[in-house]
Amino acid sequence: MAGRQYSISEGKEISISEFFEKNRHILGFDSPQKALYMIVKEALDNSLDACEEHQIIPEIKVRVLKAENEEFEVTIEDNGPGIDRKEVPKVFGQLLYGSRFHSFKQSRGQQGIGITAAVLFGQITTGKDSLIRTRKKGDEVAYDFRLGINIKENRAKIAEEKPAMWDKEHGTIVTIFSKGKYQTGKQSIFEYLKETATVNPNMDLIFEDPDGKTYHFKRVIERPSVPARPIKPYPVGLEPGEILALAHETPATSVATFLSGDFSRISRNSAEEICRIAGIEMNRKPADLSLAEIKAIRQAVGSISILPPSSDCLSPLGEEFIRKGLRNIYDDLHPSFYSKPVKRATSTYNGNPVSVEVGLVFGGDLPQDEPVRIVRYANKVPLLYQPGACATTRAVSEIDWRSYGLDQRNGAGVPFGPMILFIHVFGIRIPYTSESKEAIAPVTEISEEIKAALKTAGRSIKSFLNKREKRKKISEKFRLVSTILPEISEKAASITGEGNIPIESVLSKVANVIFITEETAPSDEGLDVRAVVHNFTSSPRSFTLIADPPVGDLVGSPEFEISDLAPAANVSFTFKIKVEAGRYPGTDYYFRGIDPVYINGAEPLPADWNIEKINVEEVADGAE
Amino acid sequence: MAQSEFEATRERLLKFVKGIYDTLKQGEVPEILMPSRNRDNIVLDQKFAVWRYGDLKVTRSAKYVDGAEYMLKSLYMIEFILEMIRNAKTSTLREMYYISEGWKNGKFGTQDESNIMAEDLEVMTALLREDFRLRPEENGASVIGNLTLEERNRKGEFKKINCKDDVGEAGYSIPYNVDNEKVRLKDVDADFVLAIETGGMFDRLVENGFDERFRSVLVHLKGQPARSTRRLLKRLNEEMHLPIYVFTDGDPWSFRIFASVAYGAIKTAHISEHLAVPTSQFIGITATDILNYDLPTDVLTDKDVQALQAELKDPRFTTDFWKSEIETMLKMNKKAEQQALAKYGLDFVTDKYLPDKLSGTNDMEE
Repeated sequence: MAGRQYSISEGKEISISEFFEKNRHILGFDSPQKALYMIVKEALDNSLDACEEHQIIPEIKVRVLKAENEEFEVTIEDNGPGIDRKEVPKVFGQLLYGSRFHSFKQSRGQQGIGITAAVLFGQITTGKDSLIRTRKKGDEVAYDFRLGINIKENRAKIAEEKPAMWDKEHGTIVTIFSKGKYQTGKQSIFEYLKETATVNPNMDLIFEDPDGKTYHFKRVIERPSVPARPIKPYPVGLEPGEILALAHETPATSVATFLSGDFSRISRNSAEEICRIAGIEMNRKPADLSLAEIKAIRQAVGSISILPPSSDCLSPLGEEFIRKGLRNIYDDLHPSFYSKPVKRATSTYNGNPVSVEVGLVFGGDLPQDEPVRIVRYANKVPLLYQPGACATTRAVSEIDWRSYGLDQRNGAGVPFGPMILFIHVFGIRIPYTSESKEAIAPVTEISEEIKAALKTAGRSIKSFLNKREKRKKISEKFRLVSTILPEISEKAASITGEGNIPIESVLSKVANVIFITEETAPSDEGLDVRAVVHNFTSSPRSFTLIADPPVGDLVGSPEFEISDLAPAANVSFTFKIKVEAGRYPGTDYYFRGIDPVYINGAEPLPADWNIEKINVEEVADGAE
Repeated sequence: MAQSEFEATRERLLKFVKGIYDTLKQGEVPEILMPSRNRDNIVLDQKFAVWRYGDLKVTRSAKYVDGAEYMLKSLYMIEFILEMIRNAKTSTLREMYYISEGWKNGKFGTQDESNIMAEDLEVMTALLREDFRLRPEENGASVIGNLTLEERNRKGEFKKINCKDDVGEAGYSIPYNVDNEKVRLKDVDADFVLAIETGGMFDRLVENGFDERFRSVLVHLKGQPARSTRRLLKRLNEEMHLPIYVFTDGDPWSFRIFASVAYGAIKTAHISEHLAVPTSQFIGITATDILNYDLPTDVLTDKDVQALQAELKDPRFTTDFWKSEIETMLKMNKKAEQQALAKYGLDFVTDKYLPDKLSGTNDMEE
């Protein structure tokens, strides 16, 4: 592929490197602010892809150093598998190199363009070569490279290559010198790293910014992420030109073996059928096919029925990664609610598998009166630019969030509220709005999937808000009878100088309910919970209380008997819950054996609760 | 100060608390019943010709969190007032707000809330803020003229002050409490009181010796006048039998200043009969003056126009005089300040404008 050339006009050919030099915006290097960000992004995306592929738990260091004349030195170090020293010139010095160019696989990196573009950009703006150190596991030494790019010929220009001692067993360090501007804010290296840390909770990341400040994103999951599986190209998702290129590279000697061997979901039988429909002799050499013949084959593919692509080739983040990742990064904001992550079944766009995961963080210190934050990801890579053009933002705007309890003008547009929406679109060949892959194209198939996932997450806030509202009302009423009214009576007694008055009958007039409240205290293995039952009615009460913690495991029996609890008296029950500290939203309480109008702070036991047990009791009742 | 003077206040506050106490003792849920202090509940008091709260009542029951908190706050405030009475202290409304930090469930969220509670307490007990020993933040306005009064100083002694001879150019400063136990009006040698909206005009009249030439007492209103300023005007009118003339800018807000001096304000409608002087006469700048004297003007803002339109519906401005002046002002879309009279020289206001107005106001009112 070294000789791959882009034909521009009138036969004048320029190399891809030369083309890029003149059109740097195409790959995202369109402003000094973006340049540094792109360098970090390209290197880090590659590191994480490599770690995932080789099942390594990533350990990354990123450093941005300010040098002279608006020049920066950007260094990314990983503990990845390392690069074979013979591959180094191709990986870093040649645009469009990459084993992944034709592979059908979900990956972060820009198909072998990105890191070379970064090296090239550094070279163009500073005239300096980039520094690479890499070591493969088992190699005796590491190798240090100083290299640039021969723009005319689109290949690496190695200035220096020498072995080096390195205490790391495997890994790669890339240092690129580049002009640029370091900035903070929504579209910054820091934000990119933070959002990357969110979806890679198994990554340990240390970042040193130009002021020498160091940030440490700590690992919270101790296992590598599940790698995507490469699949052969799925024919329905291909352009004729791509099939033509494959036909020239295949070792297959006949069209039929080419079709059945090089593509997924084409059997020998379907290959023969395709040839028949396209009117092509199945024994012909693939390389001899004309573009017109390829087009006929592509059309024939569409006319026969072939299975959808296999869905297990995708690599979702998964519930644990999303849950722990969001908690790890956003817990400083003390959110009051994290939704259960939603994952859609795999669907297809243009014949390629694609799917959506959504997570949601709500409440806490998040601002109430600002638009909700949308954190967007495509194939585990944060998208920071062009939010308005992105399928994710559009999908959010097209949902009426008012029915889920958020503010939204006219039921359209980005809603307002204390919420972060986490949206991850992943698949093979995700459509983007531009070459720089900054926003996902809002095609119907993907937009509908995003919306469906968001709606599921939306319903979970609604039920959270309802529950919270109910709890708030109950706790206000409880405060009224347990503290405000007694305080009024004490104040009135002390001001008038007359004796204290018993106010139980007043309290039962105001409340006339039994309150169930709880107090918690951290213990060795989780939480000590104390459930208190206060009788503010005017008669003694008996019933059964059942504790059902939504997280963790309750130690011991969850059922408590209340018998003849006197008016104005209270009784408490304690139990332990094994749960991670700070992850406890409060226990759900249920009751049976009393009229629901008397209970505040617990729900009637649902009919389907522990069905067997209830049946036994009903038999017992009937026997009496 | 003598304790006995606050005995009546103490009694009345205690009676209010005793009501709550007794209700609780009977096993009932206490509630507070008081007049609504809403704009919709402002009616003309036939006897005093001032605006008062009407018959609409609001009930705050301890059955609800809001009502119970409200009741508890009133109890804390009463306890605080009783303590001040016992220790012969006073406090500003702001100080009380800060003190309420320690009032557990009775803590105020904002100072507005505690100020309103102080007013509510006046309404509930038919007492005045001064009785509660609560002071507003701002200092009082000033008086210049041949008025002799006695003010009780910190040592508890009454000290005689003549508001012409014993004061500097800034005049006599009106204290927050101008009731009889604090200020006694002794003697006056003047024919009327001129209440002036702005400090600039007040100073002009003082410099021109208007008080002596026209045998008047000059009172600076300082914009929308404080309670004590209005109370002093009321006492000068009632006790010294001086007519009150109000001299303001010519804009909707100044018309409201006049209305609150003459008929009372919504916030203080429970004590209008102590504050309002229904016989006050307006000699401020009118739309007619702007035309007649060809005064320098400003264009009405949107807010000015809204305010004027609201005044057309305000029962305090139903006379033909006000109707025609407001409509004319809306039509010409202009307003003017008192000090615009300086267009004709520094003496014009004292030599021409005020003498003309004073001799002609009665005609204009009819």
